[in-house]
Amino acid sequence: MATVDTPITLATGADALAPPLTFRQMAWRRFRRHRMAMAGAVILILLFVYAFGGGLIFTAERANFTDTSARLQGPSAAHPFGTDTVGRDVLARTIQGGRISLMIGLMAAVLEIVIGVVVGAVAGYYGGVVDSLLMRLTEAMLIIPSLFLLIVAARLVGGSVTWIIIIFALTSWMYVARIVRAEFLSLKENEFILAARSIGTPTSQIIFRHILPNSMAPIVVSATLAVATAILSEAYISFLGMGVQPPTATWGNMLDGSYNYIESAPWLWIFPGLLILLTVLSINFVGDGLRDALDPRSRNV
Amino acid sequence: MTVYASHSTAAPRPLLLDIRNLQVRFYTPEGTVYAVNDISYKVHEGEVVAVVGESGCGKSVSMMAVLGLIPRPPGEIAGGEALFMGRDLLRLPEDDMQSVRGGDIAMVFQDPMTSLNPVLSVRRQMTESLRRHANMSPEQARDRAVELLELVGIPDAARRLGDYPHQFSGGMRQRVMIAMMLACNPSLLIADEPTTALDVTIQAQIVELVTRMREKLGMALIWITHDLGVVAGLAERVIVMYAGMIVEEADVDSLFDRPRHPYTLALLGALPRVDRRRDSRLNSIPGAPPNLLVEPRGCPFAPRCEYVIERCRVERPPLMPVSPTQRSACWVLAGGEGNN
Repeated sequence: MATVDTPITLATGADALAPPLTFRQMAWRRFRRHRMAMAGAVILILLFVYAFGGGLIFTAERANFTDTSARLQGPSAAHPFGTDTVGRDVLARTIQGGRISLMIGLMAAVLEIVIGVVVGAVAGYYGGVVDSLLMRLTEAMLIIPSLFLLIVAARLVGGSVTWIIIIFALTSWMYVARIVRAEFLSLKENEFILAARSIGTPTSQIIFRHILPNSMAPIVVSATLAVATAILSEAYISFLGMGVQPPTATWGNMLDGSYNYIESAPWLWIFPGLLILLTVLSINFVGDGLRDALDPRSRNV
Repeated sequence: MTVYASHSTAAPRPLLLDIRNLQVRFYTPEGTVYAVNDISYKVHEGEVVAVVGESGCGKSVSMMAVLGLIPRPPGEIAGGEALFMGRDLLRLPEDDMQSVRGGDIAMVFQDPMTSLNPVLSVRRQMTESLRRHANMSPEQARDRAVELLELVGIPDAARRLGDYPHQFSGGMRQRVMIAMMLACNPSLLIADEPTTALDVTIQAQIVELVTRMREKLGMALIWITHDLGVVAGLAERVIVMYAGMIVEEADVDSLFDRPRHPYTLALLGALPRVDRRRDSRLNSIPGAPPNLLVEPRGCPFAPRCEYVIERCRVERPPLMPVSPTQRSACWVLAGGEGNN
C-alpha cells in the first residue's frame, strides 16, 4: 500500500485513496481468484514444459526410433508409456507430438486472430459497402460445415504442419471477425475517437492504437479458445488420416494409429488422449477466467 | 472594441478562418436533415467568437464540417467553402487535413469523461500529436507533455503523466484534453461546449483556464455554447444560430444591450436572473425548434416569433447590417430601421 504522507488520519474506507489499480492489476486480481482458471493455467504451463522441455531430452530421433523387437509392450521402467506397433517409445512420441500439436494450436490461433481482426476491424470501422462485402464473405465461409472444409482442404494440400496451420486459420477466422466487427461498430462512435481524429491521428492509428486495445478482452478470450479448437481439429483430421503424416508424431495421429488396438494396447490411446483432454480442458478454464477478468464491467476485485 | 469584420475598411487583425455559405445535410432513413443552411462568418487571428444556440441548431455540426469530421455518409457538405489561411478546408485531401487537425486547428469536446481513450495512458495520448505534428523524439514529447500538464494546472504533472483517464476527475480530464489540444500551438482552438458536462465551480475554472491560455498563446478561439452567461464574460463577438442559420451576429456588448433579433431577445429573456423574485417562473420561448427534415422556407423562427409579419413566412431574411458591428436576419427588427 502506498502511503499518503499527510498528517490527516484516514477515515474508514479511505483505502480508496491508495493509488488506483491499473487495468492489468485489476484483471490479474480477478483472474487469480478464479480457481479453475488458475489450475488450468498451472496445468497448461506444465504441459508446455512437458512438451518443449521434455523435447530437449526425448529428441525427435528418439521418438522415431524403431525397435521391432519391442513392439506393443505395456508400460514398463524402460518405456513408462509403453511402445507402439513398431516399437517406438510412446512417452517420447507424446512429448514430440505435444510440441507439434501445441505449436499447431498456437500458430493457428495467432493466424486466425490476425485474419479475423483485420477483416472485422476494416468492416466495422469503414462500414457501408466494405462492411457488407466482408460480412457476406464471412457468412459464406460460416455456412460451409468446417469439418468438411478441413477434410477437403487437407486432402488438397497434404499433411505438412504449415499447411495444416494455414487451413485451420482459414476455416475459423469468421467468429473472430464477427466479434471484432461488433466491437468496432460500437467503439468507433465514442467521443474519444472523434477527439483522436480531431488531433490529426491517421486512420490506421485510430484502428490499431485507439480502437483495437479497447476490444482486447473478447479477442484474448477467443484466441485462447481458438488454441483449444485447433488442437481438437488436429486430432479430428489426424484421426481421419489427413493430418500431419507419420512418422512425425502429433497427439492426433497417435490416436489414429491406436484405433486397431483399443482393447489390446490401451496405452497407445490413453496417454495422447489424456494429454489432449487436459490441454483442451485447461485452455477452456483459462479462457473462462480471462473472460471474467478482462470484462471491464465487472468491478469486483 | 471589436471592429466588425466584413464592414470595417481596415481590419485590425488578419483573417484566419472565413466560412462562406456553408451547407451541411444528413441523409437519414427519415429524410434529408438540413443541419446547416448557408452560414457565413469570419474569425480573425486571436479573436474570441462565441457561437450560441440551442441543441440541434447546427453549431457543432458546422465546426465539425470545417474540420472534416462529419461522417460521410450519411453527412454531406452540400456547398460553401471554409478558407483557413487561404486554403479551403472543405476541399483539402484527407492527408493534408490530418496535419491541419491538431496542428493548426484543435477542438475540445463537450464530455471529458468520454473524450479520452480509457485504455491508453495520458502520456500516450498526449505525445501522439506532438510526435506526429512537431516531429519530436519520445523524450522531447514527454518533457513537452509534462510542461503542458503543468501549464493547465495538473499538480504533480510528471507523475500523473503515466496515469490512465479513469484516474482523473472530470475537471482534470478536461484540463488534460485542453493540454492535448494546445500541444502543437494551434492558431485556432474550437471549444465545443467544454463546460457543459462539468459542475459550475469547475466550469468557471475551465473558462478561466482557456481564457488564460488564449492570452498566453495568442490563438483565436471559437467557443460553442448554449450558455449566454459564459458568453458575456468571454467572447468579443457572438454568433447566434437557429435551425442551422445565423440569425444574429454582433459584438458582445451590442448583443446584450441592443439585441436585434427576436430569437436573441427571447434567449436573453429566458436567462435566470439574480434580481428576479424567487418564486417567479423562468421565461421560456413558446413552441419548439423547427423540424430540420423540411427544407427551410421563410424565417425559421417565424412560428415562435412575437413580431412575425407576413413577409417572414415566405421570404428568408438575409443577415442585414444594423450597425457597423451588428447584423441581424430579421425583417422587422433589422430591416425596418433606416438600413433598408
